[in-house]
This record gives sequence, C-alpha cells and structure tokens, in this order.
Amino acid sequence: MVTIDAGIDDTVTERLQRRSGTLLWLSAAWIVLVVAAALLADLLPLPSPTDMDMLGRRMPPDATHWLGTDGLGRDMLSRIVFGARTSLTVGVVSPLVGLVLGGALGMLAGYFRGRFEGFVVGIMDALLAFPPLVLALAITAYVGQSVFNLTMVIGFLSIPPFARVARAMTLSLSRREFVTAARALGATHARILSRELFPNVLLPLVAFFLLAVAVTIVVEGALSLLGLGVPPPQPSWGSMIGEARDSLDIAPRLAFLPAGVMFMTVLSFNLVGDALRVITDPRQAAP
Amino acid sequence: MSAEPLLSIDGLTVEIPTARGQLRAVHRVDLTLAAGGTLGVAGESGCGKTMLSRAVLQLLPRNARLQGRVMFDGQDLTRVVPKVLRRLRGKSIAVVFQDPTTSLNPVLTIGQQIIETLKVHLGLNGAAAARRSVELLAAVGIAAPEQRLRQYPHQLSGGMRQRAVIAIALSCEPKLLIADEPTTALDVTVQAQILDLLAREQRRRHMAMILITHDLSVLAGRTDEVAVMYAGRIVEHAPTTLLFADPRMPYTQALLAAIPKIDSPPHTPIPNIPGQPPDPTRRTSGCAFAPRCRYAIERCHGQEPGLSAPDPRGRRHACWLPLMNSPQPRATIEDAR
Repeated sequence: MVTIDAGIDDTVTERLQRRSGTLLWLSAAWIVLVVAAALLADLLPLPSPTDMDMLGRRMPPDATHWLGTDGLGRDMLSRIVFGARTSLTVGVVSPLVGLVLGGALGMLAGYFRGRFEGFVVGIMDALLAFPPLVLALAITAYVGQSVFNLTMVIGFLSIPPFARVARAMTLSLSRREFVTAARALGATHARILSRELFPNVLLPLVAFFLLAVAVTIVVEGALSLLGLGVPPPQPSWGSMIGEARDSLDIAPRLAFLPAGVMFMTVLSFNLVGDALRVITDPRQAAP
Repeated sequence: MSAEPLLSIDGLTVEIPTARGQLRAVHRVDLTLAAGGTLGVAGESGCGKTMLSRAVLQLLPRNARLQGRVMFDGQDLTRVVPKVLRRLRGKSIAVVFQDPTTSLNPVLTIGQQIIETLKVHLGLNGAAAARRSVELLAAVGIAAPEQRLRQYPHQLSGGMRQRAVIAIALSCEPKLLIADEPTTALDVTVQAQILDLLAREQRRRHMAMILITHDLSVLAGRTDEVAVMYAGRIVEHAPTTLLFADPRMPYTQALLAAIPKIDSPPHTPIPNIPGQPPDPTRRTSGCAFAPRCRYAIERCHGQEPGLSAPDPRGRRHACWLPLMNSPQPRATIEDAR
C-alpha cells in the first residue's frame, strides 16, 4: 500500500518541485524575458532598430546605446530585441508546421500501414536525404525572401523528422494490447487514433518540438548569415552575426552579443523542454 | 440449456499465412454457449485458445483467413458489417485481456478510460458517466473509487489494474464476457480474488462467460463446461465436474496430473507431458497428440479421430482409445482447487 499512497500524492506540482534547480528557473526566466521582449518590442523605450547613424558606427556601450551600435550605427540592444521577434517567430512556427503535418502523416502511416505507409516513408526518406540547407537555399532563392517564406521553408523541412518520430511511436503503440482492447470495446479508427494513440504520441513529439525550436533558431541564423534569411534591414540574430563578419577583428562584440543571446535561448529551450517532458509524462513513476 | 444458445461457433477454422506456411491456429471448432452459462477453454500455450477468442470478436490479424460461422444472438459475426460489429463489441461482448499493464492506455486516467466507454455505448453525459464509473469501480472491489478515477494506470497495483479492466468490460452490461487468461500476469494471491470477482459478477449480471486459461485448476468450480484444446482442435468437451472426475482423453488426464497437489510429500516430481506440441504450420495425419500419448496405437498415428457426438451426460471427446473409469482418482475437483 505504500507505493499506492505515494502515488496518490504524486501531483504535477510535487514532481516540478523535485525536478527544479536554479538552472531550470534561470532558463525559464530567460525564455520569459526573451518572449516578453519580442512581444513588447514596440512598446519598449528603444531607439529604432533600423535608423542608421554613420557618425556613430561601432560605438561602445553608453547611456543612449546600452549595448553600443553596429557597423551602420544602429542600436544593438534594439536590434537584438527586434531580432528576437523574428528569430522566435521562425523558431516556433516552423517546427509547429512540422509537428502538425509530420505528426499527422506519421501517425496515419504507422497506423494504417500498407501502401500509404510505403509512399509516406519513401517521400520522407527522399526529403531527408537531400541536404536541408541547400534545399532551403534553393527554395528561398526561388520563392523570395520574407519571414513568411522562410518560416514555411523551414517548416516544410521539419516535416520528415516529426513524421519519423510519430510513425515509430505509432508502430510500437499499435501493437500494444490497449489498442486491441479499444477495438474490442468497439472503437473506430478515428477514435483509436485520436483518443488512444494521439495522447501517447504527443508527449515525445512535444519534447522533440522543443528541441526543434532550438535547432530552427540556429538554422534561421545560418540562412540569415548566408544572406538568404530575413531580408534586410529587418533584424534577426542570424543576420546580425552575418553583418558583423567584416568587423570581427575591430569589434567582435557585434557578432558575439547576438550569438550569446542565441546560445542562451537555445540552451534554455533545451533545458526547459527536457524538464517539461519529465514532469508532464504520466508514465514516469515516482523517482 | 435447450433454449437458443447465445453464442454458437460452427466449424471455425483460422489460418494465418506465415513465412513457413499456413499456420492453422484453430481447426474446425464447434462450441455453443447458453446465455448466462460459463465455458472454460484450457490448453497449452499456442494451442489456439487466444485465436479462438479473437475470432469470436473478429479481432484477428489482418491477414488471417477465417472459415465457419460465429453466431451471436442471431447474427453471424463473420459476416456483419463493421458498423454493427463495433456496436456489438464492448456493449454486448466484452473482453478482459491477459496483462493489465498493457491493456490500459498509460497516458489516460482510469476515469477517462471508463467514462469514454460509457459515453460512447450508453450515451450517458459526463456527470452520469462519472457517477456510474464510481459505482463500477466500487463493484469490482476498488477502495476510494473517486480518487482512483483521477489516477493513471501506473499508480495502481497489478491486481487493482485488472479490476479496473474488468470494470471497463462490465461497464455496458455485456451479454458475453471473454476473459483471456485474466490472471496470468498477476500475483498468486491476487489471482483467486480476480477469478472470484469474475465469477461473482458473472452470476450477478447473468452474463455468459468464456474463461480461457492454461491452468485447469482455475476452471474447477467456476465454470459449467470445459473445452480442452490441443493443436487448434477441441479434444475434449464436458461438464466441468465430469471432466475433472473422469477425463476421457489422455491429454486431459495428463493436464490434470500436472496440477501440483498440496498433500503430496515434498519433492514429489510433477508428472509432465513429454515432447512438444506439434508445429502448427505442418499438417499431421492422425491424432495431433499421438506422438506424446502414452496409449497411442497404430490407428492414432494414421487416422484422425473426430470429436464424438455428445454422450447422454454431454461429454464429447476426440480419441480412438478414450479412457474409461480413469485410474486417476486423485485428480478430483477438491485437489485441483
């Protein structure tokens, strides 16, 4: 009875308390800060992120420009804050596209098997085999540069990994007895997919999603660095690093500030994602 | 017993294509079960017990080939359209599976899983379904049912989980409950509780029950009739008391002899059955049990014995040399229990 009693009190809050450490709270605080900054960028008393000042290029931090100015005399803090908006939009929405489309395709393929599965797996394998950055470059060059296009391209590229995870989970779950039990209780395919399989597949997919957010922010950075990301003068962390390339020897902070912010954000997403997975997974018994 | 049976299985054969050839899991099985009656199906692993139960519910693997008829309540389950079948499953026929660790969805609470069934089949609203779930959990002997409803399967013990599975199975007052080795995955101490619970609810609700097991002792006193299966066939079918007191088929006798007796002196070897069950992908001529049978004669190897017509006491057997007045007086029901 001891284990059962412990089970009754094992609430989400308690598991959260057990998991929490200073690092986790710092990560969560950082994500809140970055998200708040991105949402409220317009309301903050910041200089314009696009106004150039050719006389004040690469200025060190002072009272008006807290983080100094970049190679074209634009306020660094303002550009980082407005860049967060772009980077987070692309970083969250793209994997969301992959999560929804890839997850659905993977679950259907894993559940119904047969020729549909062969078709889906074949296309996913083909997409995965193509170098993603080259494909992204090719598509962006063709459809043109905009935040929307960039988001859709990266979202499209993130479909295969999500589909693979969803299919693998569905394959093994479909053979479990509770699916047979659901069928024995008269459940339809739609019900089995939505009520029995979906909640089981969702948890690993969400954990994978948070990882994908981190990767996508980096990919967006890479595309912007190559000049095929967000069109200038709109700031994003990746394009800031890209533009700072020529002045790395004179003012390395122009590259290192956005890189540092990107690093902290990606790390925080990873840490929080990992903790969230452990906390919300009802299959995790008491430690 | 003379009334129209609730379930009647006629000449049921299930074949599953495998890499090594056609696997004949069930071979020409005939069985009937009256409303409110209990039938035990016993046999070794792989003898077709589970495939038989899956065939009743039409839950066979997709590539399986099925012949024969399964009449339930006037409908042939092998021919009804999927929609009708879905309505029967769960509502009229319910199943309790072997392992409660896998037959419950790990990420839904017990309550969600019971309430779901009640809403779909009985059309109850949320509040009514929740109330009924509490009653059901209490009926299957789960303490503090309101709390349990909010818990996930991993927070319950094995016996508790199987009780929850039984509660789900009973939720729509099925006419037929199929219990497929319901206690195999459980502790010995919990086994008897679960079996008694099933027997009690079966009597109380007047449902028919098929109890599938590899352990004959489980069936004693809990079933009206027992069918013993070997290599996909029924080799003996008799009222439970008669089968235990006086088995006709040497295989049944051997199974009964293999039940350990509590009053045997220490270190008494348990008589086992030499050899292995036949490969189900190979066709055998003659009696499938002949290679392992003590009494086998020439004819047993060459000619297959069919299941005999029931004798006046309702016994059927498939054997050329049925045992008469079994020399196994120890294998009585009292011993088996």
